[in-house]
Amino acid sequence: MPEMTLIDAIREAMDEELARDERVFITGEDVGPRGGVFRATMGLYDKYGPDRVIDSPLAELSIVGIGIGAALAGMRPICEIQFADFIHPAFNQIISEAARMYYRSNGEWTVPLVIRSPYGGGIGGGLYHSQSVEAFFAHVPGLKVVIPATPRDAKGLLKSAVRDPNPVLFFEPKKGYRLIRGEVPEGEYTVPIGPANVTREGDDLTVYAYGMMHYYTLQAAEQVAAQDGIQCEVVDIRTLAPLDRETVLGSFRKTGKALIVYEDNRFLGYGAEIAAILSDEGFEYMDGPIRRLAGPDVPGVPFAHSMERFFMPGVEKIADAIRELAAY
Amino acid sequence: MATDLETRPGIDDSGVQLEAATLREMYWQMLRARRTDERAWVLHRQGKIAFHISGIGHEAIQVGAAFALRPGYDYALPYYRDLAFNLAWGYTPHDFMLALFGREGEPTSGARQMPSHWGTRSLNIISQSSPVATQVPQAAGVALAIKLRGEDRVAYTSLGEGSTSQGDFYEGMNWAGVHKLPLICVVENNIYAISVPVHLQMAVPNVADRAPMFGVEGVIVDGNDVLACYRVVKEAAERARSGGGATLIEAKTYRPTPHSSDDDDRTYRPREEVEQWKKRDPLARFQAYLLEAGILDEQAIADYEARAREEIDRAQAAAEAAPFPPPEAALGDVFAPVDETLRAEE
Ligand SMILES: Cc1ncc(C[n+]2csc(CCOP(=O)(O)OP(=O)(O)O)c2C)c(N)n1
Ligand SMILES: [Mg+2]
Repeated sequence: MPEMTLIDAIREAMDEELARDERVFITGEDVGPRGGVFRATMGLYDKYGPDRVIDSPLAELSIVGIGIGAALAGMRPICEIQFADFIHPAFNQIISEAARMYYRSNGEWTVPLVIRSPYGGGIGGGLYHSQSVEAFFAHVPGLKVVIPATPRDAKGLLKSAVRDPNPVLFFEPKKGYRLIRGEVPEGEYTVPIGPANVTREGDDLTVYAYGMMHYYTLQAAEQVAAQDGIQCEVVDIRTLAPLDRETVLGSFRKTGKALIVYEDNRFLGYGAEIAAILSDEGFEYMDGPIRRLAGPDVPGVPFAHSMERFFMPGVEKIADAIRELAAY
Repeated sequence: MATDLETRPGIDDSGVQLEAATLREMYWQMLRARRTDERAWVLHRQGKIAFHISGIGHEAIQVGAAFALRPGYDYALPYYRDLAFNLAWGYTPHDFMLALFGREGEPTSGARQMPSHWGTRSLNIISQSSPVATQVPQAAGVALAIKLRGEDRVAYTSLGEGSTSQGDFYEGMNWAGVHKLPLICVVENNIYAISVPVHLQMAVPNVADRAPMFGVEGVIVDGNDVLACYRVVKEAAERARSGGGATLIEAKTYRPTPHSSDDDDRTYRPREEVEQWKKRDPLARFQAYLLEAGILDEQAIADYEARAREEIDRAQAAAEAAPFPPPEAALGDVFAPVDETLRAEE
C-alpha cells in the first residue's frame, strides 16, 4: 500500500470522484489554478477544466447556496470553505436550508452536497484561522459531520460523502495535512460514514478523539504505555453525526473510564455529548469521572506562541490527563 | 486614469493645495511604511516571524486617505493591507514589530490576533477581524451613530475588491445609501483576491459601478497616485460632513508581493504583469514628482531613508527582546466588568 499525506489522500478522493461521476464539481475560493490555499485541489483545474473546478467569488454564503441549488438540481457539488472560520457567513444556508430540506419536503428533495473545510489550531493562525466549528453543525439533525484522522479514512470517507444523498460537512485537521502520513489502499474503496473506529486496544481507560486530537492521542497512549504501563483504548469518532453509539458505549463497557479530547473550547463542545451519553447509557459500567480535555473557554485561539500553546491540547496534556484518570 | 503601463504616469495634483512640509510628511509616511513592510518580509525569510501580509504597492491610497481625514477624531476601520494608513494615523513600527513577533505589550490585541489586524482605541481605529468585509456594516453603524449624535466626524473603512462579493458589503452600503450616512468606503482594487482575478469576482468592470445601486456617490481613482487619492477622499469627507452621504471610492492599484507569506503568486499570474505594475510604483512616482518640484532632493531622501532604517532597527530590536505574553493571558478579557452602579435592587 502506498503511503501518503492526509492532503494527498483528500486530493486523490476528489480526483477519483470527478473522474467517476460527471455530476461532481468543485467550487470555492482559489480552488482553480491556485489549487486551493492548502493545495487540496492542485492539478484538478488543469485536468478537469473550469466547468468542473470553479473559482468562486469571495462569498461563502453563495458558495454553499450555489452548492445546495446545484445539488437539488441533480449535481454532486463539493464546496470548499477556505478555513472553517469562514463558514459562518454560510451558516444560514447550511442550518436553515441544507439540513432541513429533506425533512421539510416530506422526503421529496435531497441535498447531496459536500462541504469541505480545514479546521483547527496550533498553526499560529490566531482567532480566525484556528477555529473548531464541528459542535455547531453536529448539533443539527439532518447534517452529517465527518472528521478524518488518517489518510486512509480521509480518502474513503470523502468518497462516501460525495456519494451520500445528504449534506455532509467534512472538516479536515489542517495541521495534519502534511504531518499525518499513512498507508492508503490501492484502487477503489470507500470508508462508510457512521462507524467509529477502535484504533488502539486497551483495558485501563478509553480516550475518545477525532482529527488532530486523535493523532496526538495515539502518541500519548504510546507514551503512557511505555512510561507508566497504562493501556488506553483509543476510539476515533470519525463520524461525529450521526454518532456510532455502539462503538462508543462498547469501549466504555470494557474500560469504565473515559477521557474525551477535543480542541474546541470545552463548554458545550462535542465532548459534552459523548460524556452525557456515557453517563446516561453506560452508568452501571462507570468506574471514574468522565473527563474532558479541551481548550479553555475563551473566544478563540490566541496568536502569540505562548498563549496558543496554553490553549491547545497536545501530547503532553493528553498524557497527563490519561495518567490522572488512570490513577483515579 | 492612465492605463499605459509602459510609462510611469505622473502625479495629478489638480485642486490639491498642500504645503511643501505636508507633502514631505506624506512622502515620509509612504517611505516609512514601505521600509517597515520590507523588513517584515526579511524577517519572514530569516525564519524569525511566521506570517506577514503586505501593503506594499498600496501606500498611495492609504496615505492619501490618512491625510484627508482627522486621525483620532474620525473613525477608521481599515483592512489588513493598511499598514501605511495606520502608521500615518499614529501607529508605530514598534507596535507592528511586537505584532509580527507576537510579544508582550503588543498594543492592538495583546498579541491575541495575527499581525495586521489593526485596532487602536486612542486613535479611533476599531479592532478588525479576519473574515473579510465584516467591517463595512460596522462602519455604516459608526456612521449612523455619528449622524444620530449630530457630530461632524466621518467613518472610514477599506477592503479589497474581492471582499466586495460578501453580503456584508452590500448590506452595509445599502444602509449608507438609505440613511445618507457619513461613510467613506475605499475599495483597494488590486485585481486579485489571493489568486482569483477580478473578472471572476464581478461582471462589471469597476467596483464603483455599483455605487448607483446603493444610492451613493461612486468614484474611481488611480490608487497609485497619492495626491489624486488625497483629493477624492477629501471630497468624500466634505460630502459626508455636509450631509451629502456616503462615497464608494475605488482605488485602482496592484499588489506586487504575494498575497501573504503563505502564498506563491507564480501559480496564478505572469511575472511580466508584476513587472509592468512595478513601473507604476506609488512611492517612486511621488518621489519623482517631489524631486521635480524641488520639494525633495537626494540628500533629503537619504536622510529619510536613514531615519526609517534607524526607527525600524530600534523597533525590531525592542520586539525581539520583548518576552512572550504570559500563557495565562489567553484567559483574559472574555467579558467586560458590569457597572455595579447601574444595578437596581428590587
Ligand atoms: C469571509 C472570509 N473568507 C475567506 C477569507 C480568506 N481570505 C483572506 S484575504 C482573501 C482575499 C481577499 O481579496 P481582496 O478582497 O481582493 O483583498 P486583497 O487581499 O487583494 O487586498 C481571502 C479569500 C477571509 N479572510 N474571510
Ligand atoms: Mg484584491
